[in-house]
Amino acid sequence: MSAKVNAALPLEYQTEQNRMNILGFWIFLGAEIVLFATLFGVYGVLGERYAGGPAQKDIFVVKDVMIQTFLLLTSSFTMGISIYEMRRSNIKGMLMWLVFTLLLGGGFLFMEVREFMHYVHEGATMQTSAFLSSFFVLLGTHGLHVTIGIGWAILLMIQIFQRGLTPVTARKTFIFGLYWHFLDVVWIFIFTFVYLAGLVM
Amino acid sequence: MGIKWDEFFVTGDPLIFASQIGIALTMIGALAALTYFKKWNYLWTEWLTTVDHKKIGIMYILMGVLMFVRGGIDGLMMKGQTAVPENEFLNAQHYNEVFTTHGVIMILFVAMPLLIGLMNFVIPLQIGARDVAFPQLNALSFWLTFSGAMLFNISFIIGGSPDAGWTSYFPLAGKEFSPGIGNNFYAVALQIAGAGTLMTGINFVVTVLKMRTKGMTLMKMPMFTWTSFITSIIIVASFPIFTVALALMTFDRTFGTHFFTISGGGMDMLWANLFWLWGHPEVYIVVLPAFGMLSDIISTFARKTLYGYKSMVISIVMISVLSMLVWVHHFFTMGNSAGVNSFFSITTMAIAIPTGVKVFNWLFTMRKGRIKFTTAMLWSLAFVPNFVIGGVTGVMLAMAAADYQYHNTLFLVAHFHYVLIPGVVFPIFAGLYFWWPKMFGYMLNERIGKWHFWLFVIGFNVTFMPMFFLGLDGAVRRAYTYSAETGFGPLMMISAVGSVILAAGFAALVYNIYWSARHADRNIGNDPWDARTLEWATATPVQHYNFASLPDVSKIDAFWHMKKNNEIQPLTEDEIEEIHLPSNTWIPIYMGVIFGISGFLLVFEWTIAAAIAALGIFAGLAFRSFDYDEGFHVHKDEILETERKWRKGANKGVKNHVS
Repeated sequence: MSAKVNAALPLEYQTEQNRMNILGFWIFLGAEIVLFATLFGVYGVLGERYAGGPAQKDIFVVKDVMIQTFLLLTSSFTMGISIYEMRRSNIKGMLMWLVFTLLLGGGFLFMEVREFMHYVHEGATMQTSAFLSSFFVLLGTHGLHVTIGIGWAILLMIQIFQRGLTPVTARKTFIFGLYWHFLDVVWIFIFTFVYLAGLVM
Repeated sequence: MGIKWDEFFVTGDPLIFASQIGIALTMIGALAALTYFKKWNYLWTEWLTTVDHKKIGIMYILMGVLMFVRGGIDGLMMKGQTAVPENEFLNAQHYNEVFTTHGVIMILFVAMPLLIGLMNFVIPLQIGARDVAFPQLNALSFWLTFSGAMLFNISFIIGGSPDAGWTSYFPLAGKEFSPGIGNNFYAVALQIAGAGTLMTGINFVVTVLKMRTKGMTLMKMPMFTWTSFITSIIIVASFPIFTVALALMTFDRTFGTHFFTISGGGMDMLWANLFWLWGHPEVYIVVLPAFGMLSDIISTFARKTLYGYKSMVISIVMISVLSMLVWVHHFFTMGNSAGVNSFFSITTMAIAIPTGVKVFNWLFTMRKGRIKFTTAMLWSLAFVPNFVIGGVTGVMLAMAAADYQYHNTLFLVAHFHYVLIPGVVFPIFAGLYFWWPKMFGYMLNERIGKWHFWLFVIGFNVTFMPMFFLGLDGAVRRAYTYSAETGFGPLMMISAVGSVILAAGFAALVYNIYWSARHADRNIGNDPWDARTLEWATATPVQHYNFASLPDVSKIDAFWHMKKNNEIQPLTEDEIEEIHLPSNTWIPIYMGVIFGISGFLLVFEWTIAAAIAALGIFAGLAFRSFDYDEGFHVHKDEILETERKWRKGANKGVKNHVS
């Protein structure tokens, strides 16, 4: 609540309220880790219960998954550059890299929706088997997070346009960055434990 | 979409019909009264849009007390039904619904709101802060909890209540065996309330970590603050599991997936595991803050510093770790291997160690203290022997081999009521009597309080003690009736009589609140109990900015030492600065309403309508994102005037209430 500003720190850390918001978001990410860990646990339990339906290697398309991974990992990199530009007080560069990030995120989402449609087309829906239920809900939760993230970042960009770079907009962007990197980390686990493990099994 | 409109309202039961009329009349009456007395504006600006932690705390407590009435009536109905063999007061279906809602409401909408309400009111004051870290989020937490509670409560007049137990085990809770929408209320309402609780957890972790006043290191925090902090961590670590479990339940029931179903490769035991992975830590989420309140109350009325502060802290941390490692003990009989059962047997018994340390610490705190037998202290004293009965029977249940005998009997029911009522409800009552003067500026009447105490404690023991023996004789839980040949009749009747005494005790509390609000002495000073922690260092009732200047702390029991060393100086003008506070906001209550609406539509499986309503949730988030309200400043003059007023009168002509 204190309005005291410590100018020696990066913009997003300058006020006490900002520092609390950032810490609070880290703790929220802790809760998100538990949430995804539970979903991974559920997938771990149900992932080989096919009930006569298709198994992982029957439906996964390696090439498309590789493209998704490439898009999302790159978007995490561009997000990093955006924060770097923010620290340099370069609003133009910051917004530009943020737009790249969202385009890559949108590309990822497009590929994921296409992948899901492909599965449904093949008759592999989330009602087919426990494996597919847990697969769709785990992937869907991640995809929903990406979707919400894109909407959130668009609101942020409008605010940066309106207000420029203030401790508040800088903090909001920084927190969005944490969120985006987190989704990337979750994807790495999905890629490893769902796709790669599913293909070698 | 298979909902028939003629089944929208629950019909055909005179009890429910009477409640429907009662609820309709009450609502019309309340709206009319608000309009007639022109209180809408007051209600909106002072309460519904508030972000003040004290008012939010009071709203939580109000909600908890109201829900206590609802859950208590459920309990009385169950006791009435089982008082005599072959009773036909409730049928099997109605009984199932009643024990389900009793369990859910008592844990999630009574224990949680009352504790979170007290946490909200007390913690910022105890750590010498002006609010929690995220005041608006705090309001959102309350409104989501409230929204979930209301959604859950309307189930008994609209659509039908959930009937698969508060644990809602699959496959019973699945679509195949519970085709109605009752269990959707469970899945959706708890989801909404759970989201609120998760945010409370995050809020209090940050509040305690970042907002302590100068000099208050972690190891100088009052014990209630410590336990609330650890509880908040458990909330963050365990509620997301419940979120996932409930979401998967919704998917199974509404969208035909196969997580917990018998067909399609689903696994019903997965639900039991996920539920208790959250459910067992949940027990400690409600019991730890209660322990903290006891610690503060006992040390106040024993007039001694808490014995073994460090071992208390270590114990609560150990309990929080162990709480995550015991969940399988809820289903020892469901075919785990001997090795798994042994592991969870041992972890469960291990919890008795830190808990025992705490009990001995309380006893040693009282040793050689000059104990004041106030109502708050009586509750704390009654806690010890009653809770020990619950704890010791818990160790009996923890032995996996013996559990085959106790499992699913009334022995278990008696055990957890002996844990939760002395361990949570007694401390909540103690806390209400203790902090009531801080909240409202007058005390609850001590004489009526003693009626409340004795009726409740005697009624509690008469109700639940017979259930141990009934359970050992083989009476199963959740059975709506039994035959006369079982011989359960006499003990069941004693238990039913006990529940009436218990209810009379609760009625005494309600009467006490009414009586004290009308007649209690308003001139009680800021420290009527001669207490030890910082919440008593400021005005009673607390001014909206809490502290004119933030206190400086050097010891445990900071306020006690300030009083003893005469460190309390009159406030000088140059110490005072303008105080910055957050503004009221309509967004939290709006979010509560919109979550309630889209939740309601989802319960009825009108998924498209629910999705459209959910757009309102995103609209609320967007509004919040563009909300750059910077709050307001309390001016120096206003602070000076407020402070002069209470400091001048402080302790003059004040009756000493703890003599």
